[in-house]
Amino acid sequence: MRAKRFFAIYAAFAYAFLYIPIIVVVVLAFNSGRQVLNWEGFSTKWFGEALRDPTITEPLRNSLVVAVGTAVIACVVGTALALALSRMRPRVRAPVDAIVYMTLVTPEIVFGISALILFVQAGIPLGLNTILVAHAVFNISVVTLIVRARFVGMSADLEEASYDLGVPPLKTFWRVTLPRLSPAIFAGGLLAFTFSFDDFLTSFFVSGAGSPTLPLRIFSSLRFGVSPVINATAVMILALTLAAVIVAYVVLRRSSGQRAGDIPTLPA
Amino acid sequence: MASEPPATPTRPRKGSAGAGGPRYPGWLALPAVLWYALFFLAPLGILALFSVSERVGFSEVAYNFNLQNFSDLVDPLYGKIFLRTLELAAVGTLLTLLIGFPLAYYIARWGRRKSLLLLLIIVPFWTSMLIRTYAWLILLDPGFATFDVLRWLHLAGENPEVLFTSKAVYIGVVYTYLPLMVLPIYAALERMDWSLVEAAQDLGDGPVTAFRRITLPLAGPGIVAGSLLVFIPMLGEYLNPVILGGDKTIYVGNLIGQQFLDSRDWPFGSAMAMVVIAVMTVVVLLYVRLVSRSQRHAS
Repeated sequence: MRAKRFFAIYAAFAYAFLYIPIIVVVVLAFNSGRQVLNWEGFSTKWFGEALRDPTITEPLRNSLVVAVGTAVIACVVGTALALALSRMRPRVRAPVDAIVYMTLVTPEIVFGISALILFVQAGIPLGLNTILVAHAVFNISVVTLIVRARFVGMSADLEEASYDLGVPPLKTFWRVTLPRLSPAIFAGGLLAFTFSFDDFLTSFFVSGAGSPTLPLRIFSSLRFGVSPVINATAVMILALTLAAVIVAYVVLRRSSGQRAGDIPTLPA
Repeated sequence: MASEPPATPTRPRKGSAGAGGPRYPGWLALPAVLWYALFFLAPLGILALFSVSERVGFSEVAYNFNLQNFSDLVDPLYGKIFLRTLELAAVGTLLTLLIGFPLAYYIARWGRRKSLLLLLIIVPFWTSMLIRTYAWLILLDPGFATFDVLRWLHLAGENPEVLFTSKAVYIGVVYTYLPLMVLPIYAALERMDWSLVEAAQDLGDGPVTAFRRITLPLAGPGIVAGSLLVFIPMLGEYLNPVILGGDKTIYVGNLIGQQFLDSRDWPFGSAMAMVVIAVMTVVVLLYVRLVSRSQRHAS
């Protein structure tokens, strides 16, 4: 069929459009030359250089701390919300639902400056703690959506039996619900980690002067153009987030047969 | 989504009117609601308060109520920036739709390893926006192979000027948000019964008519959702104009950023952000109306 061939070729171009920029960064990170654009041979030296540079390793550590903290908070708070939401009366649920989606849809610059104003007015010193608190806002929503998608499809029989035997909700959660929900929570946590680790704009406004995350460090060095060390740093970030996203995807698909389209944050 | 059969409640209980799943107490929502209230709603509230306050001295703020900041915004200079941003968001959304629709269509109708093809769409979305943006700094560099290829195809002149122009910003936003357009359209098309299209064509409809009468109505909600998801972040776009536009062409996002970083007129910047929120609210309300209307049509 002609149409099918045409669309297949088109799709190949579209995928190339999506991936060529990423591939170019990866390839150039292995260029031994100091000039980014002139290929002078294969080398991994820029990775070593990046890992020896304290102005990169320090932000890397900051980013990891913030991303892990965000993921933990998002998992606990987001899962609790997902459990509560599904049996709420619609009149209570609708506004909470709306806020969940709002946190994901609001342009980051609007959220970033609002959070900045709040922190400054409340006298909270800017730093890693404020970045973490702000990141948790939209990542709680990420975990909520993913966990709830799994949760509403679950049968209530086991929990009802547990309640009928007089087991309190928290214990029922540990023994009955959590084991079935854990793939979704794990995947949600990984995605929250990724979202936080990659975030630039929110961090940009609420970070203050002293404690940059890795994306902030990369951004500030882009003023002087792209350098091989920055490419190598970018590749390490890409590798980490790629691994997290693929694992999350596989875990979610295996665990529930969810439609693949459910995984990103779609209000549709 | 429902991989297990819905539970039949043994006895009707109060509060079991929700979306399903085992029953858990409502207070579990408290930590999240508190977090949202303190760190999402309160900031937006203060933003609104700031937008009607005024700057005193260099960076002090006096709370009061006047609309000076908003009337200051009614100025050809700012009007131009707002219009330019609306244009970026509208044209950017349209371009993303034109590029994204055929891709979603291909995956939904003919894609063989659908879950892999979708993963390949999802991965860029979850990949650092900053890195994906600065990659174009390399690709659009006049010294990079991109332009050799384009020249060879006679698609570019000798001295292509793309980087640090608004063209680069458009390329950047389309690239950044393409996955957000493809996924909802795919989700809508996934439910299509393609034999309908074939039947229509067998009955003498041309491919265009069949597309308009069968595919488009079904893809509609996906198109609208994708456009919303792409349009709103483009309204507040910050990174692409700074990195790929070389900060030469100012959009609203950059203007807001400047008020908070350079000139430190936070109330004025807050007023601009309120305008963005207003436009966003209108767009979301339009979306909700469209969705509820199409749902009524369906039922």
